Amino acid sequence: MQNNRAIDVSVGLFILLGLAAMLVLAAQTIGHGKMNSGDSYLLAARFDHVGDLKVRAPVSLAGVPIGRVESILADPIDFQAVVMLRVDAIFDALPADTTAIIESSGLLGGKYVALEPGGDSEVLKDSDEILLTQSSISIENLIGKFMLNGGSD
Amino acid sequence: MSSAIRDCWISASRFAETFGSFQLFSFRVLPHLAKALRRPGLISEQLYFVGALSLVLIMFGGLFVGMVLALQSYNTLAEFGSTGSIGAFTAEALVRELGPVVAALLFAGRAGASVASEVGLMRATQQIAALELMAIDPMQRIVAPRVIAGVISVPLLAAIFSAMGILGAHFVATTLLGVDGGEFWAQISERVDLYQDVLTGFFKSILFGMSASLMAVFEGFYAAPNAAGVSRAATRTVVISSVWILLLDLIVTSLTLPGT
Repeated sequence: MQNNRAIDVSVGLFILLGLAAMLVLAAQTIGHGKMNSGDSYLLAARFDHVGDLKVRAPVSLAGVPIGRVESILADPIDFQAVVMLRVDAIFDALPADTTAIIESSGLLGGKYVALEPGGDSEVLKDSDEILLTQSSISIENLIGKFMLNGGSD
Repeated sequence: MSSAIRDCWISASRFAETFGSFQLFSFRVLPHLAKALRRPGLISEQLYFVGALSLVLIMFGGLFVGMVLALQSYNTLAEFGSTGSIGAFTAEALVRELGPVVAALLFAGRAGASVASEVGLMRATQQIAALELMAIDPMQRIVAPRVIAGVISVPLLAAIFSAMGILGAHFVATTLLGVDGGEFWAQISERVDLYQDVLTGFFKSILFGMSASLMAVFEGFYAAPNAAGVSRAATRTVVISSVWILLLDLIVTSLTLPGT
């Protein structure tokens, strides 16, 4: 009987430890989900070129993440990329002339969307479109231009 | 010459025979799994033998593998000045691949061999025949609880392995290599995805636990009823389930490879 209890206790400990380990792994990786838990609203932005911007890439304001890229689609009529941005609801006073810029974090880092507020008194509401955008800068193109200019000088 | 061809033919047909009877055995076990759930005492006893007793091995294994990963990746990452990604690199490798696979391999070596020799000894000492005489189905009484315990244990062991590995990598990175601890965790939560990485690893380890424990009871159940047969069953369990786990991993990984 005593032996049985020892077995039960160690099985219980084993399963608790396993579940705790799973919880730790889930908690450490859940970073993505936190953003979607609160209220949020959608903004659209059109870009000529999105580079390798990915869905769920961060949307940042002054370098601080305030949202995620919800979807990236190509418009079949005007041939531009339509990027839907999900922004935290407490940032509901972004001016209508806010600029959306696709930037990359570091030389090898991933792409993200940076929002730069303008000075308009009108604010962006849910499903509004950001009219001022700046496409992703391709390092390959920059190097190409630099090399061509270097040759002509 | 012709005898060599005949030997090849014999071993090929023997392989096909074993493989086929393993599949049939697996199908025969399936209906008993649900019935065996009605005897939780038997399952908890097996959980102790295959799970709780493997705990120390798995914890140390995970700790050292995580430490080695951190040390090995440091040199390459330092060349690009991105040593902060050590956390993301080791966590991704552990959660997706090394956790499920190495935990299952250690499980096959530690628990699989002991289950195979235990069941093989039951066969050799005619305990299985005795159960059948008493109209107790050995599939339900002996095989099913061990398979269920394996399916429950391996995902838990893999999670413990990965968690210990990340802790080990954190220790090496922060104390030996001078990486910032905050960046270590931040990169993990940014790069490792709950669904794509953690849950894929979880389903993999369920699959590995199922196949490793099925292989162990199969080898034990059909072991030759003598001392050599029991030891042969234990050896074959470790060898076949290791190869089988690695092959399954290759198949599952190529099927679930995240698209661009």
